[in-house]
Amino acid sequence: MATVDIKKFQVNLNPTWCPGCGDYGLLRGLQTALAKLDLDPSEIVIVSGIGCSSNLPHFIKAYGYHSLHGRALPTAQGVKMVNPRLTVIAAGGDGDGYGIGVGHLVHACRRNIDITYIVMDNQIYGLTTGQTSPTSDVGSKTKTSPDGNYEYPLNPILLAISSGATFVARTFSGEPEHMADIIVKAIQHKGFALIDDISPCVTYNKKNTYQWFKERVYKLEDIGHDPYDINQAIQRATEWEDKIPIGIFYINPDKPSYDQLDPVIREGGMFAKPEITEDEKKEILNQFL
Amino acid sequence: MSDGVVSKVSVVRKALTGAQAAAEVMRQVEPDVVAAYPITPQTPIVQEFAQFVADGLVNTEMIQVESEHSALSAVVGAAMSGARAMTATSSQGLALMWEVVAIASSMRLPIVMNIVNRAISAPLNIHCDHSDAMAIRDLGWIMLFSENPQEVYHNNIVAFRIGEHPDVFLPVAVNQDGFITSHCVEAVDVFEDSFVKNFVGEYKAPYNILDFDNPISAGEWAMPSHYFEFRVDMKKAMDRSVGVIEKVFEEFYKETGVKMDFFEAYKTEDAEIVFVVMNSTAGTIRYVVDKLREKGKKVGVIKVRVYRPFVVEKFLELIPSAKFIAVMDRALSIGTTGSPLYQDITSGLFANKRIVLVNDYIYGLGGRDFTDDDAYEMYEHAEYSLKEGISGQIVYVGLNPNLLGR
Repeated sequence: MATVDIKKFQVNLNPTWCPGCGDYGLLRGLQTALAKLDLDPSEIVIVSGIGCSSNLPHFIKAYGYHSLHGRALPTAQGVKMVNPRLTVIAAGGDGDGYGIGVGHLVHACRRNIDITYIVMDNQIYGLTTGQTSPTSDVGSKTKTSPDGNYEYPLNPILLAISSGATFVARTFSGEPEHMADIIVKAIQHKGFALIDDISPCVTYNKKNTYQWFKERVYKLEDIGHDPYDINQAIQRATEWEDKIPIGIFYINPDKPSYDQLDPVIREGGMFAKPEITEDEKKEILNQFL
Repeated sequence: MSDGVVSKVSVVRKALTGAQAAAEVMRQVEPDVVAAYPITPQTPIVQEFAQFVADGLVNTEMIQVESEHSALSAVVGAAMSGARAMTATSSQGLALMWEVVAIASSMRLPIVMNIVNRAISAPLNIHCDHSDAMAIRDLGWIMLFSENPQEVYHNNIVAFRIGEHPDVFLPVAVNQDGFITSHCVEAVDVFEDSFVKNFVGEYKAPYNILDFDNPISAGEWAMPSHYFEFRVDMKKAMDRSVGVIEKVFEEFYKETGVKMDFFEAYKTEDAEIVFVVMNSTAGTIRYVVDKLREKGKKVGVIKVRVYRPFVVEKFLELIPSAKFIAVMDRALSIGTTGSPLYQDITSGLFANKRIVLVNDYIYGLGGRDFTDDDAYEMYEHAEYSLKEGISGQIVYVGLNPNLLGR
């Protein structure tokens, strides 16, 4: 990997995450991706929800808004609609995005608005110190399921594909370089991109550990997966437990994004100043003379 | 235990946090359904209870729902179907529940909900104040406040008897201070399980949408011809709850020797300056009152235990000599003359033609520490205000002016 300078996205503030938290990997991967894209902090807005991972905007140099639990996506969409030239990234955890805010995820996918949504998925509620989450595996023992969780987890990859997202990927915090490349592609993609980042909770999730994942993850690109084939994508999305694919599951380059369809956003948004030629100015003036 | 009434109930002294004290009553009452979502600082309540469920200590259906809106909705559904149902929340969780909070009371469902009081966003803050509870104060819930884990325990027991009384049929919120009460361990006298079960009694639902002999539908349209009356019915039920609360407190006292009251007065009989306070800060103020009494100051304090219904007449009886009331609000009403408790008290004074000077002391927002030093300062301000005839002032206790914007 070519070295990139991530300094311009770093802040002089130590993250509040536990040592070893998967969110450090995501932070590094995201900073690397932003540097690779040669973006300036002033061109980026990061909107988060509530949870350990939603503390992200504090730790990255860019515009940031720490919103409400589950409400990162609608807020991020509001930002994007007003100033579509900004790179808008929504971020949060599985409880935030797949639990309390899952309704917004479905509609952001459907709308295919050009933002990148990164979910740091640790399969547990970490900030409230370890309760069952919407992606907790069946049988997981947590403080709210001491004798094992018996609710089936949600499949975020399948949900995003079926809801109309046009870029759906999974990354692993244990593979930050691979992750950075995928984040670059997600941001470059014109339309809604979901990145489900496997971000192990080293404190409260005793099942889904780095080791557990390392024994299971494989890269989709290594097996010749075609992300433009929705059937293959759906097939791969159902894999979990024995083998866990990371990489890009699905890309749909043909579906226009909300930004391309909406006439105001298409022209640069409500605050964009249209270029007016001298002739056009005269023509407008003549209407009043 | 007080006043020489010998309790007939056997008691075990346990070291419990406020959260555990709430969970302990839930274990003893064994509700049919509990639905909850994690939120700091409420989480330990339902987490503790989840352990009881896993250990087979209670026969309760517990649902790990996906939000607080879903939590109270599930509880409403369960309650409508004839079940005794509970939940617990804090701050943003209560805010997200808001429309269902209104539904629960207007559907006349005697749900008991623990609220661990926490500041409202933004900015994000997980620490104690009463802004969350104050935002539901007019929605038709009975609201009890607790000074310490022991009171959390007692309030939770009586809550069922009050809300489930056929004259009332309203939900009950039991409040405690986030972290200060919810996470601090104190000695709590826990009654034997059989006493709590008997005292709370069998649940008799106000109605049951699954009753095939008496089929009903609920929550349907009420046009302008009928809606008004539903609201007034709720108000009347809240009014009737006053008599019910009196009886329940009396019975609780007879059985356990524990005295509870709407307002709990301390050294107010001859007090010229009276503090009014809710939840955990009451202990600090009582300590300061004792110190000031040693200096010959005529000062007392009233702790609000029952905030809804707010029976101001009972309050006024407790302050026969008061010339100045220092209301302590741990919430800030923005855009009117004073904060919630101040408004309740001042409008009550006016309606009862009682002229007393009153200031509103705003303290502890977002968990700002409140110490005995703050209380002495507050007293000095109150004494000065009384001397100078000042009233209606809003005073911010412990505010750092250097941090203010323009």
